[in-house]
Amino acid sequence: MQKKRNNNLLVAAPFLAPSMIGFLVIAAIPFALSFAISFTSWSGIKGLHILTADFWQNNFVGIDNYAKILKSNEFWVSLLHVGYYMILYIPLMLVTSLAIAMLLNKPRKGTAFFRLLFYIPVLTSWVAGAIIWKWVLDPQYGILNDILARIGISGPAWLQDRNWAMVGIVLASVWKDMGFYGLIFLGGLKNINAQYYEAAQLDGAGKMQSFWKITLPMLTPMVFFVLIISLINSFMLFPQVMIMTNAGPAGATQVIVERIYKYGFSYYKMGYASALSWLLFLIVFLFTYLQQRLQKKWVNYDV
Amino acid sequence: MKKTLALILVICMALATFGCAAQPATPAATEAPAAATAAVAETTAAPITIDFMNFSANEGGLLTLGIMKDLFEKENPNITVNIETFGYDTYSTQLQTRVGGGDAPDCFELGLDSFPSYVDQSAILPLGDLMAKSATDLSVLTEKSRDAFSINGTAYGMPYSYSTVVLIYNKDLFDQAGIAYPTNDWTWADADAAALKIKALGDDYYGLIQPISTYEFFKVVKQYGGSLLNDDNTAFTVNRSENVVALQRLCDNVLVSNICPSVEQRGSLDEWGVFKLGKTGMIVTGIWAFPSFTTDCAFNWDIAVEPGAVTKATHYFANGLCVSADSKNSEAAYKWIEFLATSEQVAQLRVQLGWELPCATYQSAMDQYALLTPPANRQAVFDSLQYVVPVPQIAQFSQMADILGAQLDAAANGTKSPQQALDDAQAELESAITLG
Repeated sequence: MQKKRNNNLLVAAPFLAPSMIGFLVIAAIPFALSFAISFTSWSGIKGLHILTADFWQNNFVGIDNYAKILKSNEFWVSLLHVGYYMILYIPLMLVTSLAIAMLLNKPRKGTAFFRLLFYIPVLTSWVAGAIIWKWVLDPQYGILNDILARIGISGPAWLQDRNWAMVGIVLASVWKDMGFYGLIFLGGLKNINAQYYEAAQLDGAGKMQSFWKITLPMLTPMVFFVLIISLINSFMLFPQVMIMTNAGPAGATQVIVERIYKYGFSYYKMGYASALSWLLFLIVFLFTYLQQRLQKKWVNYDV
Repeated sequence: MKKTLALILVICMALATFGCAAQPATPAATEAPAAATAAVAETTAAPITIDFMNFSANEGGLLTLGIMKDLFEKENPNITVNIETFGYDTYSTQLQTRVGGGDAPDCFELGLDSFPSYVDQSAILPLGDLMAKSATDLSVLTEKSRDAFSINGTAYGMPYSYSTVVLIYNKDLFDQAGIAYPTNDWTWADADAAALKIKALGDDYYGLIQPISTYEFFKVVKQYGGSLLNDDNTAFTVNRSENVVALQRLCDNVLVSNICPSVEQRGSLDEWGVFKLGKTGMIVTGIWAFPSFTTDCAFNWDIAVEPGAVTKATHYFANGLCVSADSKNSEAAYKWIEFLATSEQVAQLRVQLGWELPCATYQSAMDQYALLTPPANRQAVFDSLQYVVPVPQIAQFSQMADILGAQLDAAANGTKSPQQALDDAQAELESAITLG
């Protein structure tokens, strides 16, 4: 038995090798390196001779970076900003993408066209998307404030106002992501057996009842998947912030990944940036683990 | 039989994959012979290739830099220059990755703001020895520019190009408001008074655009006799009373008199964009705006030396050329950067193309520069140089700029008083950055 298993491994290894080597070079080695670097004061503008004793003598700082981060106000404020983003973004994104999925699920003329329309933002690069949104949210010349003005609301300065900048980023993010998550929900909707609805109708259930009692429970695996993915993505919030506000105004949209980038590539503190990345990893890991544990309570896999 | 066949296949595949994996390692293996040939090169003039990384050729300067390279290679037939040009936005990341990855280019361009960080990390070579060996007369380079790229008396870079900031004004609006044009001895009181009159021309008119950012502020405080750091850059002095007075005026111009548009009023337009609309009297900005204003402004404009307060202070931004501390061809690299910095032909080529000014003071090039219009008063560019203050020479300048910048934002939008903002900045800077 033991012998056979080894044999399988021997055969499997070379087949795995091509992608494993890619993983090692592109992901695992950098992971390990960044972990090692996180215990140093390496600046990033000097050759990284990580295997020499000299390097460690000059740069080793123990857990100083981690301690400094946890003691710094900035780290917690950045986390708070990410939390604020999630509270706004995740519910809004869930509702809009589910709505899109429901709309596209009904067979009508031009569904394919609309499906494409909703998916275009997903394919658009963030750089282009963020620039479009900067214009949409312009306090004076922007289309959003123009629409608001027509219905008698004087819109805020969005990205230039510290209370509204994050809301602006949330709007852009929902626009960008709803097509993708909508498509996932659409797949889930298509999988629901029509007999359930027929049975419900016979029993006199209305549309709302069918939605709450059939559609939503049957979609829970999708909702779970979307929640995990969007939660992880929220922690990684970065390109839209860099382009739309560059962490401003007055630091109101400072977030973790933006901090990692700035520390690594602008402040020349690669060690500190690496420690930040590992803390971020821990947080994401923790959240994912918690969600996995909690899913048994509400996710329904018997389709 | 099947088993052996499988085993052979496995071995073949494993070998193939390891063969692939081993490939990237080969250059490292040949490094030693390469170093040996470099040593030989000095005596027999064997061909040398040097890598040069820069950003300033990115905007329309590629061809000109190519001409400079041809000139150099004609004089030094054994040296080939391999030019790599990146946009300014990505340049520092590109360079840092190359240097950090142990693959630093032999020589590269650095701005004054990131220069101290590279010196701090000994990533660039002190040029003293190479300068002493060279026969070229370095006195064509202004003393200011050479000082800018020296730290504690040691030269680390060749000054390449420089620029300054001036007061650019809309002549038509001054005529319309019936006020005299700015002169070189204006103070901010004069400028603010003129700005008020121009603002009075109409609802969407503004008098003056003066950014409230770290890059602007470190100079403005000098005009008030203040400073962001103490004399030997070992302590922050951000909340000094002179600095508060300076910030108070900047904020009042936005929040009280509103001669300066607020960030909200500007919206997605940047400072240049607002000025180009033709409804703003003056803007404090860099001389690198000239080409853009020449093409985009549908009105007459000219320049004057930036107004001052207690005293005058103007910007001095410079880009320098450095040799990597790890370069195996440092002599050839030095030759190339020295050529770029001191050659008269290079200086003339730069001016012809409207590139940033060369640090080499060749009369021929300066004369050529002074003839270009607009602005008619190009002399103000040179006059500004009498009052220059350098960018604070600290390794953590970029982090300092972000921390102070966020507090300046808060003061500019009225959420904090100038005193409060600068007190907070001082506290935050002290806890985040260790100087010395």
